[in-house]
Formats: sequence, C-alpha cells, structure tokens
Amino acid sequence: MSDRSEAAGIALGERLLAGDRRTLARLLSHVEAEDAVGRAGLTRVYPATGRGHRIGVTGPPGAGKSTLVNAVIGVYRDLGRQVGVLAIDPSSPLTGGATLGDRIRMVDRYADEGVFIRSLASRGQRGGLARATIAAAHLLDAAGFDPILIETVGAGQDEVAIAAAAHSVVVVQVPGLGDDIQTIKAGILEIGDLLVVNKADRPGAEITARDLRRMLALGTGAKPWTPPVLLTSASTGQGVVELQGALDVHRSALETTPAGHGATGSAWDERVRGIAGGEVRALLRITLERWLDRGGRDGTVVAAIADVASRRRTATDAAEALVRGAVRDLDPAG
Amino acid sequence: MDGDRTEPGTRPIRVLIAKPGLDGHDRGAKVVARALRDAGFEVIYTGLFQTPEMIATAASQEDVDVVGLSILSGAHLALFPRIMDALRANGMDDVLVIAGGTIPDEDVPLVRDLGVAAVFGPGTSLREAVAFIRDHAPRRDGPA
Ligand SMILES: Nc1nc2c(ncn2[C@@H]2O[C@H](COP(=O)(O)OP(=O)(O)O)[C@@H](O)[C@H]2O)c(=O)[nH]1
Ligand SMILES: [Mg+2]
Repeated sequence: MSDRSEAAGIALGERLLAGDRRTLARLLSHVEAEDAVGRAGLTRVYPATGRGHRIGVTGPPGAGKSTLVNAVIGVYRDLGRQVGVLAIDPSSPLTGGATLGDRIRMVDRYADEGVFIRSLASRGQRGGLARATIAAAHLLDAAGFDPILIETVGAGQDEVAIAAAAHSVVVVQVPGLGDDIQTIKAGILEIGDLLVVNKADRPGAEITARDLRRMLALGTGAKPWTPPVLLTSASTGQGVVELQGALDVHRSALETTPAGHGATGSAWDERVRGIAGGEVRALLRITLERWLDRGGRDGTVVAAIADVASRRRTATDAAEALVRGAVRDLDPAG
Repeated sequence: MDGDRTEPGTRPIRVLIAKPGLDGHDRGAKVVARALRDAGFEVIYTGLFQTPEMIATAASQEDVDVVGLSILSGAHLALFPRIMDALRANGMDDVLVIAGGTIPDEDVPLVRDLGVAAVFGPGTSLREAVAFIRDHAPRRDGPA
C-alpha cells in the first residue's frame, strides 16, 4: 500500500478514536470499499475494539426488524448506552444499485449523538458484504458504540455469515405461520440465540411462540443456553424492554459459562475466537483469490494450468507450488 | 466507477433522497429513488417529514456524495437555508445538493444561490438528473 494512503488511514483512525463522528463515517466508506486507507485505519483502531456487544437481527423482509431495532435503540439510550446500527439491504443484481430504506423506520433518535446508523449494500460477489459489515462493526466498536446492531434479511450465504459473526443473534418471526412453521429454515433457527415473535398485536402470536418452543425442544442434547422465545410488538413497544434485558442476559451467560470441549476461557471467549477464525479464513480465501485473479506473478498461474492440462504436473502439486509462490509474492518484506 | 464492484477501492455513487417539510406525498421521491438505483447508485431513502437536522445527520452518517431534496410544500425558501446550514454543521461541505419538486421558476436563482447545484422541475427527465449526478458528484476515492 502507498505510504500516503497508510498515513491518511492512520490519521482517520486517530480522529475516530478521538470521537469524531464525521471521520467515523468517512472511514466506514473506506473499509466498505476495502481500500488501503480503510485497511490502515482499521489496523490503527483495532486494538481499541472488543467492548461492544455485536447483535445480529435477522428474519424475513417485512417481519419488523427495522422497527424493532428502532424501538430497542430507545431502551439502550434510556440506559445511557451508545448504539451503532448497520442495516444491510440487498443490491439489485442487475445494476449494482440499491435502495436502502431501513432508515425510514429508525428515525426516532435522529439527531442523537449517541446513535449512529449506517446502511450497507452488497456490492459484488464473493463475501464482500460480509467482510465489509464485520470491518464496519469493528469501527463502530472502536468508536465506543455498545451495542452494535446488525440488521440482515435472513437468507443467503453472506447474510448467514454476517449473523454468525455476532455475539448474539436475534431471529425475528411473525405470527400466522401456522403449518408453514415447518418451512422456517432450520438453519436460521439454529443460529438464533433469541427468538422473537414480532407483531404480537396480531392474532396467533402465542401459537407461533408455542410452536417455536416445541421446535426448539426437539433439538438434540443438553445445551448450555436455551433460546428464549419472546413476544414483541415493535410498533407499540410491547416486549421491547424485555428483549433488551434478554440480550444483556445472553451476554452475561456467555461470559459466565465456561467454554465447551475443554477450551480455555468462557463461552464468550470461545465465540470471539470462532468469529475471528471465520474472519481469518474468509480473508485468506479472498487474498489468494485476488492474487490468482491478478494472474499470480510472471504468468505462474497460466504456466501451472498448462502443466496440469498437459499432464506434466498434477493439480495438487501445481496448487501447492502456487500457494508457496503466493506466500512469497504477498510478503511485504519479500 | 461502473465497472467491477468487487475491485477494492471503488464505490458506487451514494445518494440520500430526503423529503423535508410537512406534505405527506412521497410517491415522486420514491420514483426518483428507484430510477437512481436502476442507474447503479446506492440510494438511501429516509421517508417523510424530515427536519433539516435529520437530513444532515443521515447524510453525514451515510457519507453520501449527493443529497436529493424532494419538496412539494412550497416551503423551500424557509427549509433550504436551514438544510444547507445543518449540512455544513455536520461537516458535509462538499456534498452535491440537488432539488426536485415544485419550485417556481422565479425562485430557482435564489435556491441556487444557497448552494443547491441544480433544480429539477416536474418536466425534467430522470435521465437528465442521472447524467447531472454522474457529472457533478464529488469524487472521493482518494486519501482523505
Ligand atoms: N402490526 C404491527 N406492525 C408492525 C410491527 N412491527 C413492524 N410493523 C410494520 O411492518 C412493516 C415492516 O416493518 P419493517 O421494520 O420495515 O420490517 P423489516 O423488513 O423486517 O425491517 C412496517 O409497515 C411496520 O410498520 C408490529 O409489531 N406490529
Ligand atoms: Mg428493514
């Protein structure tokens, strides 16, 4: 990376740590673009992260996620906590454009210094949204926001990856699923640490909650944490204080439960390590992929492919040789 | 800019569409938002009844390149100075501000003096607005 970009990123990082909100917004754009300024800025502020409670809020479109986030922001503000929000909307696959409308429902605290809302769109393939979202959450964390709420539509690989990078995952459903409850993706229930039946002002909420509890009871084995099923009405505020309370309880439970499988530390530490592992793997993959897309160095990739096609080398041997070349190539000292 | 969006260091133009004032019609604003999305922009739509402070806070947090104000209420001469002040107070000095809706011709020079770069009346084609944004949105990919 150029020295100039690095210096600019470090300067932005320092202003962010000093509490400048405009700088936070600028640096978010840089990490979202995955450019050199963003990279240097994140490197600068990363040691100051790790305090914010990262909460994923996921569920089908129209379930009331944004309305619920708006309501729960109010509860956190009453407790004196600063709230960061990342609202993820899918882009139009055709034009790359996007309409990001989640803010419409999150305006109750519009001019409140203690609330920072940012909308993110998917800008391409290959996990870019997940990488950008997690990096953005780190910046909000460094800027002192706790919690950091991340709203995603509960479908698609990127979105599941984003939810999996949260300390606590809230899965939002609505009443009236009836027999269709079987169609709730098993995967989405499995990632839920808290299940919410929103729009509880509508008929059938209790039945949906009961069905969800039954489904959870079918899960195998004794788990250290049984996801609570909560009823909320985001538009009236009913159950929202309880939801915030349950989120704090989940965090404390993670912090006081020992890690499983003989690992060191708490369940929280274990989760943090799991999230870090996912991040490192994703970045390792994309770093190698980008190196490959650039053609490696001096046509090594083309040569390797030709070797495999003409049966001079196996694909395994060629791939291992390429990885060794990539390591040399990507080493800034090399 | 319109090329491969997975390429590090690029970003689509980001536009905030805001609806200041007290009139309750946002069909026009929504049509504009969709057209800009279809042109490849990232459009943040903030809904009805936005105060100048709300608009400026959203523009700053979302780090947009462009703020599009849709106004039908006739309150433009009262609202635009407050919006421009609020944008400056939020560090958004270089943002491109454009306006649409019903602004009488004789007021257009006044509005432009306030720093609104262009006014798109009811007769303007959306293609014109898209082209204007492409030509005039500040380029901010370089180091800050
Ligand atoms: N009746 C009722 N409507 C709600 C509730 N929460 C949200 N809504 C409405 O549901 C619609 C979708 O809400 P939104 O928050 O945008 O859903 P999202 O797509 O999941 O973010 C809006 O019209 C909300 O006003 C609720 O608790 N009860
Ligand atoms: Mg939403």
